[in-house]
Amino acid sequence: MKNEWPLWEIFIRGQHGMSHRHVGSLHAPDAEMAIKNARDVYTRRNEGVSIWVVEANHIAASSPSDKGPLYEPSESKVYRHPTFFDIPEEVGAM
Amino acid sequence: MYAQMVQSEATQDDPEKLAAFQARIDAGEKIEPKDWMPEGYRKTLIRQIGQHAHSEIVGQLPEGNWITRAPTLERKAILLAKVQDEAGHGLYLYCAAETMGVSRDELTEMLLDGRMKYSSIFNYPTLNWADIGAVGWLVDGAAIMNQVPLQRTSFGPYSRAMIRICKEESFHARQGFDAIRKMAEGTSAQKKMAQDAVNRLWFPALMMFGPSDKDSVHSAQSMAWKIKINTNDELRQKFVDQTVPQIEFLGLDLPDPTIKWNEERGHYDYSDPDWSEFFEVIKGNGPCNVDRLAARNKAWDDGAWVRDGLLAHSRKKAARQHAAE
Repeated sequence: MKNEWPLWEIFIRGQHGMSHRHVGSLHAPDAEMAIKNARDVYTRRNEGVSIWVVEANHIAASSPSDKGPLYEPSESKVYRHPTFFDIPEEVGAM
Repeated sequence: MYAQMVQSEATQDDPEKLAAFQARIDAGEKIEPKDWMPEGYRKTLIRQIGQHAHSEIVGQLPEGNWITRAPTLERKAILLAKVQDEAGHGLYLYCAAETMGVSRDELTEMLLDGRMKYSSIFNYPTLNWADIGAVGWLVDGAAIMNQVPLQRTSFGPYSRAMIRICKEESFHARQGFDAIRKMAEGTSAQKKMAQDAVNRLWFPALMMFGPSDKDSVHSAQSMAWKIKINTNDELRQKFVDQTVPQIEFLGLDLPDPTIKWNEERGHYDYSDPDWSEFFEVIKGNGPCNVDRLAARNKAWDDGAWVRDGLLAHSRKKAARQHAAE
């Protein structure tokens, strides 16, 4: 491979009190430059108050074919939701 | 559009997998980079997104040309912000293309050696300040016509890039309209310049949507895959219908004497651009093709020492840190 700068995934905290959210990616030679570039590419209109950068090859991801084994088990567990339980009206707010 | 005449690839995949893939698209699901996809879908999208990204980057040249000569400090700041947005749009799109397994350097090289195209519109010159207004208003206006529906495209990263782009794009069209409006309402010499810019850029703007539907051979597969949402003529008509009243508002003459409201169709009739000129520009024979590619090649070559230097520095820093641990 040639001298291509590594790819970084960019996460931005939009407002105080919110989580960082993935907004996209960019190339940069190192973390410091990735943050500087992310500021120019992803926060030109007050989109953020904090930036995280992670080199893309450090991210492990689940595979689309694991969708069944990973998420189907929770489909049958409706009792995990509060709406599963009938609470008599006279009990009031719960 | 920013991607014109994107050739769709025939696909030779397992028919069962193809049918399941089409069913996902028909159900409105988004395709993500790690999902199975037909080879033709992947190749067509790399070409389309790549061409779109290249257009954003090359599109900085005709406008960057006027940053130092903007008539006021405010116009200069606005134009600078707009051109910076174009760089950002190019970057969002390159990243979307890269998720399909092509590298940034490969995409860049294909632009620089002419294997990949960018929109025909950027091979026209911006001769004066009125052209900058007309480009923002007409060219970005035409781009928006195509980009708004593409927010619903089937490929997740492309769709997300388009959503970001559309948020910023209406600033581009409005600042252009505002700039040309100032001139249309100015002295008679300024008004003349505004008229001249609209006259010169009208047909090149219509060409952005690509050839007429009857000559557009790549549409059916791309539309089935939802990587093209409307036909070229549908979008062109929409653009004409939206823009004609704006030209009239400015008090300028229509750039095409055949434009006329058609009560029956509920649309404006208009003349097609000269398609032979369009094909010449696509082939590399437009007024600025040579300059544009030379400018991009020069920027790439002149920047090599910066790219290499920063990478060498980061490797040295990492090695030093590693040794200290």
